[in-house]
Amino acid sequence: MDPLTLSRIQFAANISFHILFPSITIGLGWLLVFFKLRFLATRAPHWMELYFFFTKIFALSFSLGVVSGVTMSFQFGTNWPGYMNTVGNIAGPLLAYEVLNAFFLEATFLGIMLFAFRRVKPWVHTGATILVAFGTTMSAFWILALNSWMHTPAGYTMIDGVAHAVDWVAIVFNPSMPYRFAHTLLASGLTVAFLTAGLLAYRALRGDRGAAVATGLRCAITLGAVLLPLQVLVGDLHGVNTRDYQPQKLAAMEALWESTHGAPMTLFALPDETTRTSRYALEIPKLGSLLITRDPNGYVQGLNEFPGLHPPVAPVFWSFRVMIGTGLAMGLVSWAGLVWLWRRRDFPRLYSRILVAMTFSGWVATLSGWYVTEIGRQPWLVQGVLKARDAVSAVPGTQVATTLAAYLLAYVGLLAAYIASLFYLARKESDSSGATKGAHP
Amino acid sequence: MIHDLVQSGQWLPFAFALLIGVSMLLYAILDGYDLGVGLLSRFARGAERDRMIASIGPFWDANETWLVLGVGLLLVAFPRAHGDILTHLYLPVSGMILGLIFRGVSFDFRKKVPPDQQPRWNAAFFWGSLIVTLSQGYMVGRFMIGFQEGVASQLYAVCFALLVTSGYALMGSCWLILKCEHDLQRRAIRWARIAIWLMALGAVLTSLTAPFVNTRIYDRMLAFPEVTLLLALPLVSVMLTVIMHVLLGALPLPGDRLAWLPFALAVMIFVLGFVGLVYSFYPYIIPGRLRIVDAASAPESLRLILWGTAVVMPVLAGYTVFAYRVFKGKAHDLSYD
Repeated sequence: MDPLTLSRIQFAANISFHILFPSITIGLGWLLVFFKLRFLATRAPHWMELYFFFTKIFALSFSLGVVSGVTMSFQFGTNWPGYMNTVGNIAGPLLAYEVLNAFFLEATFLGIMLFAFRRVKPWVHTGATILVAFGTTMSAFWILALNSWMHTPAGYTMIDGVAHAVDWVAIVFNPSMPYRFAHTLLASGLTVAFLTAGLLAYRALRGDRGAAVATGLRCAITLGAVLLPLQVLVGDLHGVNTRDYQPQKLAAMEALWESTHGAPMTLFALPDETTRTSRYALEIPKLGSLLITRDPNGYVQGLNEFPGLHPPVAPVFWSFRVMIGTGLAMGLVSWAGLVWLWRRRDFPRLYSRILVAMTFSGWVATLSGWYVTEIGRQPWLVQGVLKARDAVSAVPGTQVATTLAAYLLAYVGLLAAYIASLFYLARKESDSSGATKGAHP
Repeated sequence: MIHDLVQSGQWLPFAFALLIGVSMLLYAILDGYDLGVGLLSRFARGAERDRMIASIGPFWDANETWLVLGVGLLLVAFPRAHGDILTHLYLPVSGMILGLIFRGVSFDFRKKVPPDQQPRWNAAFFWGSLIVTLSQGYMVGRFMIGFQEGVASQLYAVCFALLVTSGYALMGSCWLILKCEHDLQRRAIRWARIAIWLMALGAVLTSLTAPFVNTRIYDRMLAFPEVTLLLALPLVSVMLTVIMHVLLGALPLPGDRLAWLPFALAVMIFVLGFVGLVYSFYPYIIPGRLRIVDAASAPESLRLILWGTAVVMPVLAGYTVFAYRVFKGKAHDLSYD
């Protein structure tokens, strides 16, 4: 394979592995703040049990996020030098601000949050917890500002083939940024809702009937049920934004080969790029146009308007359906859970098992969503400015293949260890609950 | 003249070169001690190893961030240099990253997996640390000679790897002298006595091989009249090494007096070495290949980051000091609750 394809696979592998952990820590950081504040308000020990249990998971996720994030910071130079040469004046400051005001904040106060519960005054510890959560959110803000700028560049001018900044406010708050930021934060909240629900349901199935498990499950399911409709709303707005700025991506998401009025919504199809048709299409008439243009007969641009400049259709089309399907399942399960919460009944074992099976459903939805937006940007690296193939480094393909194999092996091993550890921690916690654990005022 | 310089923004690249230098030096010192503890963890067992790792547990995250900042600022301010350096060092960078990954996650995994799997993560912690230190030293060596090819160049870089690894081991053992007590402190003193001479050996080896690789470094160092000033660097380093040796022979003193001094001396040796290295290739950003002024980004981007940095740095320094104060004194076992 050529270095371009290998470098793309390597970058995709690195960033896919990396995003798994921020998608947990962003939401979990704030959930820990919530647990801590509930404890301070009620002094009920089970809030502190929840806090300590999920702190362990936060710490593990955080360290995986840090080390895979360090990998990312080197990838630009090792594999994509053309990226920084062309848009370094824009990307550089955004990345620098991420490190300066977010990364250090998280990394420094994490030590206090994790290990200084007995060493500092309670308000300092609570403050450190809030600063860590705030830091992870700010990290996401800067990174998503840059990522969004690559989709919808604004506030710059090109001089001799190099982007120069003109208006920093326009760069940071570029057209897709608010939608992407909101969409990603909500995705993290949903990921965490199902992660906590899954682990606590696992403890419940193992006979842990402590107050922490029941309370935690109630929080997790409520969180999922509240965030999901919000996510649907934000996702819809994000789609409209894509219509305006990246119509070729939207056309690929719907496998719409020809521009048309009154486009259908495709539930299922096998898009075939060689014949430029979709086989076995199952469609709902007019719904596509209604969602995209708010008009059942609205005009939607098809792939025919972007010859040679649209993304590969099948991966975008399928990733989008995986995301929507997972999201629907998450909605169904969290709203079903509300029924038992409402009646103040125990969850049936089958329901708990479904929660356990869906522990990492947020990862599936998050990853497939990112594949939609990132594959959907191809062949551009920066929409309309720089193509991926013009940014790749001159490192020989054999070297890239070697490191790619090493990274993949490491990631598979670490992911297996991570998932096994979460369930091991849950087992250990439920085996030791009932012993003298809990709050130290 | 100075007025022109300020007006035109030509001073910006140099301000950034300084910032990158400071970040890299802070990285070498801060992550140096925790990587060093990682190297030494191989020579301790059970509770002692736990105590050693506990002494760096609250700090390693933030220490590593200085590397991200240094590389990030290089990327921001000197994109051409960043691309050139990282593509030349593709394999060692990838090796270092894998080392950082395994070492970083071992902090958590070693305490969160079933007991029978813990040895695996202790091993990952040591080997990860070793790969990181060796590849960092090797990369600095390659960088110093402008990525020149050939057997002598490779040998030079390997000597540099030994130098940096023993330097980190010295930092690590001095940190343990400061943060530990009793038996462990005595062992750390012994480790430091070995590490300081290994480091001296590494320094001699790199100095001896350097002229066979590239005479530029020596031409620069031996130019008159700077040579009088520059002779001070190695002389003071030798003096500090001897003082360190004598001090280590006398420690531990009653009441734990002067337990902080080896660490301070090691920091001074690092600073001197760093200044010497940087001086040997200034005003280049990649020795012999690319000058600072020729590699810089657009001034409007540099200005924005510089203001941000100027505001953030003091705050950053403030809360770093705060974190070290919270965990001051001898290290205890770490627990969340």
